[in-house]
Amino acid sequence: MSTDTTPAEPASKIDLPDHVAGDAGSIPSFDCTFRIARFDPEQDSEPHWEEYNVTMYGTDRVLDALHKIKWEIDGSLSFRRSCAHGVCGSDAMRINGRNRLACKTLLKDLDTSKPIIVEAIKGLPLEKDMIVDMEPFFQSYREIMPFLITSGHEPTRERLQSAEQRQAFDDTTKCILCAACTSSCPVFWTDGQYFGPAAIVNAHRFIFDSRDEGGDMRLEVLNDKEGVWRCRTTFNCTEACPRGIEVTKAIAEVKQAILQRAF
Amino acid sequence: MSTTSIPAPRTGYSRHKSTRSKFEMFAWLFMRISGVVLVILIFGHLFVNLWVGDGVQAIDFGFVAGKWASPFWQIWDLLMLWLAMLHGTNGLRTIIMDYSEKPSTRMALQVILYIAAVIVIVLGTLVIFTFDPCPAGADPSVLAEFCKA
Repeated sequence: MSTDTTPAEPASKIDLPDHVAGDAGSIPSFDCTFRIARFDPEQDSEPHWEEYNVTMYGTDRVLDALHKIKWEIDGSLSFRRSCAHGVCGSDAMRINGRNRLACKTLLKDLDTSKPIIVEAIKGLPLEKDMIVDMEPFFQSYREIMPFLITSGHEPTRERLQSAEQRQAFDDTTKCILCAACTSSCPVFWTDGQYFGPAAIVNAHRFIFDSRDEGGDMRLEVLNDKEGVWRCRTTFNCTEACPRGIEVTKAIAEVKQAILQRAF
Repeated sequence: MSTTSIPAPRTGYSRHKSTRSKFEMFAWLFMRISGVVLVILIFGHLFVNLWVGDGVQAIDFGFVAGKWASPFWQIWDLLMLWLAMLHGTNGLRTIIMDYSEKPSTRMALQVILYIAAVIVIVLGTLVIFTFDPCPAGADPSVLAEFCKA
């Protein structure tokens, strides 16, 4: 074993002279205006707009701007967010009139020359600022029984499934229950009685699972007055989904499954 | 500082009870099937009335009377009337369901819609079946050829 006498490598093998390096690698910053629908249930009878000017960077997302406003300008701004990386589905909101996750919407993809409009998602009872009561959403989610239903003894090994069988419902396993789809649906906005795309997507995930035996019960639930037949195929849900689930296609597949079962 | 009263607890969210009815499924299916059939019926109707023979110039009382003297065109027009009216009524019903927010508005609009639909369907059916192609005492120049025999 020999002792290492060579000097440690420098952090960068290329030392750029100052006149070449400049600030080429720095992140561009820009000023942008946020117009946010604020609602305080203790003072307001309905939401009102407030504008905030912030200096943001090209790598920032809408969520970063909301953080900056909350932490540096107005601490009373309320919104939900948990993971902040597009997995938990907490921060769905209406940004420039489209339902998206604030943590997945980059400022550089929006038109920062105009105010960026941020509102709570529509169709669910507003509680404060961006926070809505998600109970109606989760109630219809619970009604479609989003869990594995089987009969007989539990097998001693895992329930096997072929790649093709898994492929049938692969798309709908991606749902993170952010409610961006359901709250973008015009049918849901009217009276909130429609099951909504998210509940149907999660029913689809089990109906088309070869291991599940509760498909008939779920199809029966969705064959209701407020079930899949209220879908008008406006594709708002498919456009809103931050996970890229083909929601309208999944609803159409459930419609087909109900028809095949009926005839 | 004034004390703010504690708001009443949320009454909770009430979903309609499941109806276990297949009506919406049949309504959905009817819209698809009647739509396809109507495309054939309407374009057939337009082709025969506006295109064949003298085309649009041929339409007069005699032309219509001649068509309705045949059971084929009676059934064709009857199907067109019923399918178009039910298709349109169901379409308006879904629009009312989707856009009216108050139950009273919803009910009022639906009542008007159904009354209008029933009047048109009954009146139309009556016209097709009780139509007299050769009314007595009419000007013979406007009547169909077969009335003169």
